[in-house]
Amino acid sequence: MTRNRNMEIASVVAFLAIVFVAVPAAISASGRFDLYYTLTSVALLSIASAGVWLTFYIGRINIGQGAYALMGGYVSAILVMNYGWSFWWTLPVAGLFCAAASVLIGLPILRLRGVYFAMVTLVLTEVARLLALALPITNGAKGIVSIPLPGALSVFGLTIIPDFATLQNSRLAFYLLAVTLMVVCFGVMYRLVHSRIGKLCQSLQQNEELASSIGVNIAYLRIIAYAVSSFFGGVAGAIFAAISQSIYPSSFTVTDSVNFMLNCFLGGLGYVFGPMLGTLVLYFGWDLLFQTGEFQLLIYSGLMIVLMLVLPNGLLSLAETRKKA
Amino acid sequence: MAEMLEVSVLTKRFGGLVAVNNVSFSVREKEILSVIGPNGAGKSTLFKLISSFLTPTAGEVRLKGERISGMAPHIAARKGVVRTFQETTIFKNMSVRDNVVIAHHLRSTASLLGFFIGTGAAKADEAAFGQSADEILALLGLSSLAGETARNLPHGHLRALGIAIGLATNPSILLLDEPFAGMNHEETMRMVAMVRRLRDLGLTILLVEHDMPAVMKISDRIVVLNFGQKIAEGTPSEIQANEKVIEAYLGSEDEAIGL
Repeated sequence: MTRNRNMEIASVVAFLAIVFVAVPAAISASGRFDLYYTLTSVALLSIASAGVWLTFYIGRINIGQGAYALMGGYVSAILVMNYGWSFWWTLPVAGLFCAAASVLIGLPILRLRGVYFAMVTLVLTEVARLLALALPITNGAKGIVSIPLPGALSVFGLTIIPDFATLQNSRLAFYLLAVTLMVVCFGVMYRLVHSRIGKLCQSLQQNEELASSIGVNIAYLRIIAYAVSSFFGGVAGAIFAAISQSIYPSSFTVTDSVNFMLNCFLGGLGYVFGPMLGTLVLYFGWDLLFQTGEFQLLIYSGLMIVLMLVLPNGLLSLAETRKKA
Repeated sequence: MAEMLEVSVLTKRFGGLVAVNNVSFSVREKEILSVIGPNGAGKSTLFKLISSFLTPTAGEVRLKGERISGMAPHIAARKGVVRTFQETTIFKNMSVRDNVVIAHHLRSTASLLGFFIGTGAAKADEAAFGQSADEILALLGLSSLAGETARNLPHGHLRALGIAIGLATNPSILLLDEPFAGMNHEETMRMVAMVRRLRDLGLTILLVEHDMPAVMKISDRIVVLNFGQKIAEGTPSEIQANEKVIEAYLGSEDEAIGL
């Protein structure tokens, strides 16, 4: 037991050292500063994917995370642009707004199972896009542009985070922000899954009727999981808006929603860190295939199909089988 | 003996079909009461009504005087009415022990947030549940299989696990849905002994069943349904001698009554 515990601590420390020290050092040594943007995207997308993973964990196929990412982006952008809020305040508010919206949306739709829930969430992404086009406050197809970079964040006069606009390297700052949030997000997820809540979620996934018969309030638990999922989506969307300094109705589309889901599949639905690995591999895999030009999508989809057939439990199941052997 | 569960003038209509029609009976404390009847007699509907998986059209179910019909299933379970399922309904990808541990959820004093943070109450709960789960597994002869993934269990043990899950909720009355279905003679006799042992330990049990010899052997009292109505109620020997019951069975299928 203690050996396992030590192994766990060691891997966490190693992971933190890689993302906070090794990666920035390697990037500044190689001069590939564009990688910051790529890795920031991976971190943010993996946060949104973690949310999708959590809905998988209660037995629901969620193809609607794009809707919440879009919503979070707009909430943050509108609060900054129209109401002069600091970005740092809009971040949790965007998450909470999405969580609240997901409770209202989830109450009716979480009763659906299987392909029915999946279809409704798929439509949700499209509804979010159409709403962004139609509502006066979102400025239609022109979107919201020229959003200022995040300002300084001070608590009791102490500056914790400097004004991003004054930084020489705002890419590094965004990278550190995204990675920090990713670490926090997956820390929360790990704790959720390894506490009783994770077992309760599994009980929903495996048999809702039985869960209900042993006194689990299944409706409540589903809502909680969906709200946490949407919170992650909203936070990721808000930071995306801040990085690109803009948000459009097409910033997150059905394709993004599908990708969030694929990230989970690829990494492994049974592993908390599945969505993180899945996002990394998919994002870089897609970029690597760029050289194949017109065949990019064909090869990409072909590979995905093969991977799902060969590794139905995701990439992380490889580590598991090796351990057993 | 005090009455544990009271079913009064219970009726359930599905459109024009009356599945359960004015059925009344009561289950006494620490007895095994069986509900039997030919196919389509309304047993399953009655079972769902009692466990609150269905809401009655008329009438009500009371547990120790408190009306439970119309409550959500998880609330009814919290009040003490817990059911098992006809098929092998378990959490099939969890270990046998985890199945029973999670079923202690009802007894937990800590909140979800408490479990997330890992408060003292949550840790105490986890420890208590683990210990109680081990005791239940031992009682049902599943100790040696505790670490096994549930879906790999043989049929007879699966049914025992279903009962273990029910027991973990600490019910006032346990409802068993066809506990002997699909079992061979030996497995049935083992299950009969097990259910009787639970009764001897102080549990009140209501079961719905087809297997006539087993019902005759296990029951303290029997309620017979036919076409949604109660046609008889009594001890096994009274039921065996009841003309209406014999007629109902011989008229519908060639299943002989008795041993």
